[in-house]
Amino acid sequence: MSKPKVGFYWCASCGGCEEAVVDLAEEILGVVEAVEIAFWPVAMDFKRADVEAMRDGELAVTFLNGAIRTSEQEEMAELMRRKSQVLIAFGSCSHLGGVPGLANLFDKEAIFENDYRTVPSVADGDGTRPLEETKVREGTLHLPAFRDTVRTLDQTVEVDYYLPGCPPPVRLVREALAAILAGKLPPKGAVLAPDVALCDECPRKPSKPDKLLIKEFKRPHQITLDPEECLLAQGLLCLGPATRSGCDAACISANMPCTGCLGPTGRVRDYGAKALSAIASGLDANVEEEIAALMDGVVDPVGTFYRYSLPASLMRRKVRPAVEGKEGERT
Amino acid sequence: MSETTVGAETKAFQPRIVAFFCNWCTYTAADLAGTARMTHAPNARVIRLMCSGRLDPQFVVSALSRGADGVLIGGCHPGDCHYQEGNYKALRRVVLLKRLLATLGIEGERVRLEWISASEGDRVQRVMNEMAEDLRRLGPLRLSEPPALFHALAAHAADGADAPVAAVTEAAS
Repeated sequence: MSKPKVGFYWCASCGGCEEAVVDLAEEILGVVEAVEIAFWPVAMDFKRADVEAMRDGELAVTFLNGAIRTSEQEEMAELMRRKSQVLIAFGSCSHLGGVPGLANLFDKEAIFENDYRTVPSVADGDGTRPLEETKVREGTLHLPAFRDTVRTLDQTVEVDYYLPGCPPPVRLVREALAAILAGKLPPKGAVLAPDVALCDECPRKPSKPDKLLIKEFKRPHQITLDPEECLLAQGLLCLGPATRSGCDAACISANMPCTGCLGPTGRVRDYGAKALSAIASGLDANVEEEIAALMDGVVDPVGTFYRYSLPASLMRRKVRPAVEGKEGERT
Repeated sequence: MSETTVGAETKAFQPRIVAFFCNWCTYTAADLAGTARMTHAPNARVIRLMCSGRLDPQFVVSALSRGADGVLIGGCHPGDCHYQEGNYKALRRVVLLKRLLATLGIEGERVRLEWISASEGDRVQRVMNEMAEDLRRLGPLRLSEPPALFHALAAHAADGADAPVAAVTEAAS
């Protein structure tokens, strides 16, 4: 029997997820022995036409990382979906929207205006912007359409499983590969990680007080951190209580607070709202003015609580002032 | 948009308010307002919680994302919470949530927290009227229309799929 074919692809992402695959180190040799890598443009020479030439469902599994922002990414997501039996959203961006999803605080116009005109590193030039069509002497050039809103993979095509994390921890990737090869995948739609909060596996759990009484939020560069004590007890905004475990508390072991990249546990619909709830409950203030003063320590609430999940949140994006007659066209 | 159109739209618009009232104070006060036959704006759909401390911020964003124009939260006065400190927790959450929502373009008037004791039926009347008026002035909360697939996925989520799919919401209205 021929080896099952596997694909890897990236959309709006940083490349860190590809690193996570490489981080399997020598174990990747075992993977290559068991499967045939049939598409992985980052690491090997494949073209889109190679995938288009495959029959539908020819790929046993595709790991797709990155959020969906452009028309080209939509096309690739649809193509990979069609050619794959199992499609796995790999990493925070395809799972929840990720850091690129914070662009949902703006829209295409605001982003183009900034990036091609007002940003200090752009000289005041001729106002050139990327166009979807440019006519030159030799013919017409095309660029993908740039959407107003960043989407998760499952807001674009149907997704079978999710490998969370920024990037997914090597242990989870290894376990997922083992489950796929053994044909022992959980029911469709599952997140391939433990369904408990990070505090549960945190090495500092014993020092977490029964009742948190946060008197002031501090940022990591402002204090010398105790390497053993619960970070929340030290006044750091650690999102461990609201975040899915599975990373072996990697950041916390490096004396940095959890920023929530593995997303919510299974019963939570909106990560940011739940994380906010967990943190707000632990404040040691009962008067509105005191609470407000304490909250000033949360410098950027959306960037803190929705750092990896704004497109997957219930609000999805910043509310735009209504533009007459344009509503239907915006995506 | 001309002034007259704004006026006409504002008149026609009836804001939808989702109200979360605590069992021991504000819900009882709303009951009292009813028995005392006080009239007030009929825009709120009241949901009874045992305590304002039960208010998960997800309830608020969920209501807003599914078509509410505003969310009203009512709890016992500070110091009066039936469970000692649930209302303080509600206060902390709402203060932080409002900051978060402001960054997402949602006006402060759309989320309102009020302390209303069981005897303050008149206060329920006043707050309901005020909030309806504030929202009428603000106009409907217009969220971006989700792409067609959102509807399909929302239906899929309703069948009991896991979280990420469930995170997809249906259209705002």
